[in-house]
Amino acid sequence: MITSFDDLLPLLPLLIATATAVIAMVTVGIRRNYLLTAAIVIIGLILTSFVAAVMMPYTNQQITPLLIVDQYSLFFVVVCCIAATFVAILSFPYFFSLDDEREEYYLMLTVAVIGAIVMVSSNHFISALLGLETLSMSLYGMVAYPLHSKESAKYPLEASVKYLVLSGVATGFIVFGMSLIYAQTGSLAFSDLTSDAAQMNSLGENYTVVALLMIVAGMAFKLSLAPFHVWTPDVYEGSPLPATTFLATVGKAAMFVVLLRFVTISNALEFESVVTVFSLIAVASILAGNLLALLQDNIKRILAYSSIAHMGYLLIAIIAGQGTISNEAITYYLLAYVIMTLGAFAITSVVSSSEKEFDSIMDYTGLFWRNPWLSASFIAMLLSLAGIPLTVGFIGKFYIFMSGVESGLWGLLIALVIGSGIGLYYYLRIVYRMLLPVEEGLKYRIAGIESITAYGVISILVFLLLLFGIYPAPLMSLIESVSSVI
Amino acid sequence: MILAVLISVLFVGGVLAWLSENLDPSFPKVVALTTMLISVAIMLTLLGESDSEWVASLNAQWIPRFGISFHLAADGLSTLLILLTGFLGVIAIGAAWDEINDRSGFFYFNLLWTLAGVVGVFTALDLFLFFFFWEVMLIPMYFMIAIWGHENKNYAAMKFFIFTQVTGMLMLISILMLAYFHYIQFGWLSFDYFDLLNVSTSGTVSMWMMLGFFAAFATKLPSMPFHSWLPDAHSQAPTAGSVILAGVLLKTGAYGLIRFAVPLFPEASMQFAPVAMTLAVLSILYCAKVAFAQTDIKRLIAYTSVSHMGFVMLGIYAWNEQALQGAVMTMLAHGLSAAALFMLAGGLQHRIHTRDMTHMGGFWAKVPRMSFAVLFFSIAALGMPGLGNFVGEFLALLGAFQASIPLTVAAAFGLIFASVYSLWVIQKVFHGEYRNSDFDDSHLSDLSRREMVYVASMMFGLVWMGMYPQSFLDMSEATIQGLLTATESITSMAQN
Repeated sequence: MITSFDDLLPLLPLLIATATAVIAMVTVGIRRNYLLTAAIVIIGLILTSFVAAVMMPYTNQQITPLLIVDQYSLFFVVVCCIAATFVAILSFPYFFSLDDEREEYYLMLTVAVIGAIVMVSSNHFISALLGLETLSMSLYGMVAYPLHSKESAKYPLEASVKYLVLSGVATGFIVFGMSLIYAQTGSLAFSDLTSDAAQMNSLGENYTVVALLMIVAGMAFKLSLAPFHVWTPDVYEGSPLPATTFLATVGKAAMFVVLLRFVTISNALEFESVVTVFSLIAVASILAGNLLALLQDNIKRILAYSSIAHMGYLLIAIIAGQGTISNEAITYYLLAYVIMTLGAFAITSVVSSSEKEFDSIMDYTGLFWRNPWLSASFIAMLLSLAGIPLTVGFIGKFYIFMSGVESGLWGLLIALVIGSGIGLYYYLRIVYRMLLPVEEGLKYRIAGIESITAYGVISILVFLLLLFGIYPAPLMSLIESVSSVI
Repeated sequence: MILAVLISVLFVGGVLAWLSENLDPSFPKVVALTTMLISVAIMLTLLGESDSEWVASLNAQWIPRFGISFHLAADGLSTLLILLTGFLGVIAIGAAWDEINDRSGFFYFNLLWTLAGVVGVFTALDLFLFFFFWEVMLIPMYFMIAIWGHENKNYAAMKFFIFTQVTGMLMLISILMLAYFHYIQFGWLSFDYFDLLNVSTSGTVSMWMMLGFFAAFATKLPSMPFHSWLPDAHSQAPTAGSVILAGVLLKTGAYGLIRFAVPLFPEASMQFAPVAMTLAVLSILYCAKVAFAQTDIKRLIAYTSVSHMGFVMLGIYAWNEQALQGAVMTMLAHGLSAAALFMLAGGLQHRIHTRDMTHMGGFWAKVPRMSFAVLFFSIAALGMPGLGNFVGEFLALLGAFQASIPLTVAAAFGLIFASVYSLWVIQKVFHGEYRNSDFDDSHLSDLSRREMVYVASMMFGLVWMGMYPQSFLDMSEATIQGLLTATESITSMAQN
């Protein structure tokens, strides 16, 4: 129970984020001003991440049965808030010339961040579900945001409805699984299921396995793991770019943290069939993601399929759960994934606007000679996604390999090697496009407005990408300490 | 420290070369040449130190979480290969001097970064660091082929990258397994070469780990059946790219086998040796045969490269002193002769814009100096006594004879095939009636004075190696002796 002010203190990041949403809403009600709303939200999010970062070394507390505020959750609060800040900054030029009301977009972004904060702090089914739905509900709105715009670049309605319907079904699966587990354990808090399944009056192990698989299927949908991935490319492509970026980074990271906590606390890997299912999902995601990406000419779709593959890589570390470094591997790789995905989308985003998105790889022909800096950043992001040294993606992959070797998951590691090999092809295809000579007569143009801050975001991401790739030691020790609490 | 300085000079020089393009398009090559000459000067200081031990050692913590350190050092073998890298670096800049006028800043950036990666590979004594440099040298090479390559550059660059990267990842798994075994046996994680040498491995696990290394190195070397990227990469790469590829990059594979694959897994390697030697012989004979069927002059030289590198692998897996000395000697001599041939072929292509030998003929009358140079290096490549390649291949065969007589006999046929295809090229392109019906020969001029200097210096190197190989053998001897002593107990068991 919350009885005193001290109990509230650990919730400070959540409270600040909520206050930001309220202030932004009231401000919009008083006076519509695009810049002001954006500024409030950005400042609020930076403040949230700052407070969370300051609290991180000291806080480790369960607040009500619903929320746990420990180093790990605070670490991901920081990651999610900074990523959301970057998305907000990138959204500003993107939606600048939208012929509709533009301010509410930032409201939904903030509410989605609140959902993400709740998710990363949950070790209870209710809070996990509340957080998940808060995040998803706001995302439906963000995906469909340019709906009333006469010249919207993509198909936001199609994407939003697709996402809404399928996501609803997935939530249904999760809730069903939760209720089965509740019937078994009588508790909605994450708990050790192996001991419950072994008890005399329990409903038996098979029952628990079915419940677990329901939850896994629902979560796999949200993480777009194969074979629950079919929505991903369409939703990624149809959404406005900043919404895609948010969905692909914060949405995935928060969900993965819930999965990690749930699997760790419930000892789900003790059940052999769960491990089998996880392994099949991982291999299917790696192969399907990478193979289908080969056929795409659209950057958003390529990144959608590549994110499916990356989630498969991450699942390898989950399966390696008994090992000592698998939690660190997951944390490092998630962070790497957020940085490089955010970076890749940011580059597509700065040249696009809500009326015109440059998302075909043809649009990037010769970019290296027209705008070397932007193109070099893009190459860095793509090489990082491919896992080439000097980048954070390589260290992330190194971690995954290490956790796989530690647990002796040879089959999965071979899938990882094959998947990465195929992956090289489509990443290099984009790189090669950019290296081609500029076509004569084509003028370099961007949609929307030039924004220095957006370039700033890209610079920061490239800096982090290289820093964590070349000198990862400080980040590793931070992650080592935060991961130990799981 | 000196090695760290050397690598940073190359990295920084590359960046400077790129930036200097903004001032004047002719600056990058000057900057690159200056950087390269400074690097060679630094490399030469390594010579003064004792050959028997590790010199210029630098060991700093890098990623303490995994026991990874920034450990660089050079011994006689590394020093020889670094010197080869430096020498061919200068040659490569020379080869690019007139050829690359388009976006030269970025070109020299990539050239210097590749060389920095190669020097790193030759000196890294931490396996993580080694892998790091192993991959770092790929990316700039990819750019070189993909931007300045010829008609089919995308395919060639992609194939090169994917082949090396995928097998590189197999090596990464092996490295991690080895580090993990070290953790189990000693209680702490380490990627240091000397720590990992103490890990005792045996049985099938050891064999799989060894195969991970072997796949990466055999791809780079290249050996059958991993060689198919090489002809494409070579024929599409710009001349300087081919020079670096043939002269230096292939040697990293051989170096890896000598330094890592065999010493880390002596038992598995000895079991595997018959297979590896058979692959080597197949490479020698098959690629010599395929070379004979080529009409593209650069593809032909590429296949002969695979064939000659077969002798290196044969020598390494014979694992005795003569054989290893022969392998090292072949690496050096082939570095010069193949680089020279690629440079001449590239020069020819630059002049007449075709690589198709069916269009060529009777060039001796038109370009006598170039023809003589090609003749000289072809003869060197086919193993004429008195030149470096002969010493290397002869020693390799001599050593291999002690390990397996039938395979050595078969490999020796490679020398005959080499004479056949080499002389065939000479006859086809340079002798007979002059033909210029299929191309524009208005730019077909003989070697310029600058080119003469490069060619002459490589000729001098080959003659030196052929006439007084002892100066090179002395440098690598201590390393080879050390490796043989370390693995002695196991290899003698395997041979009895």
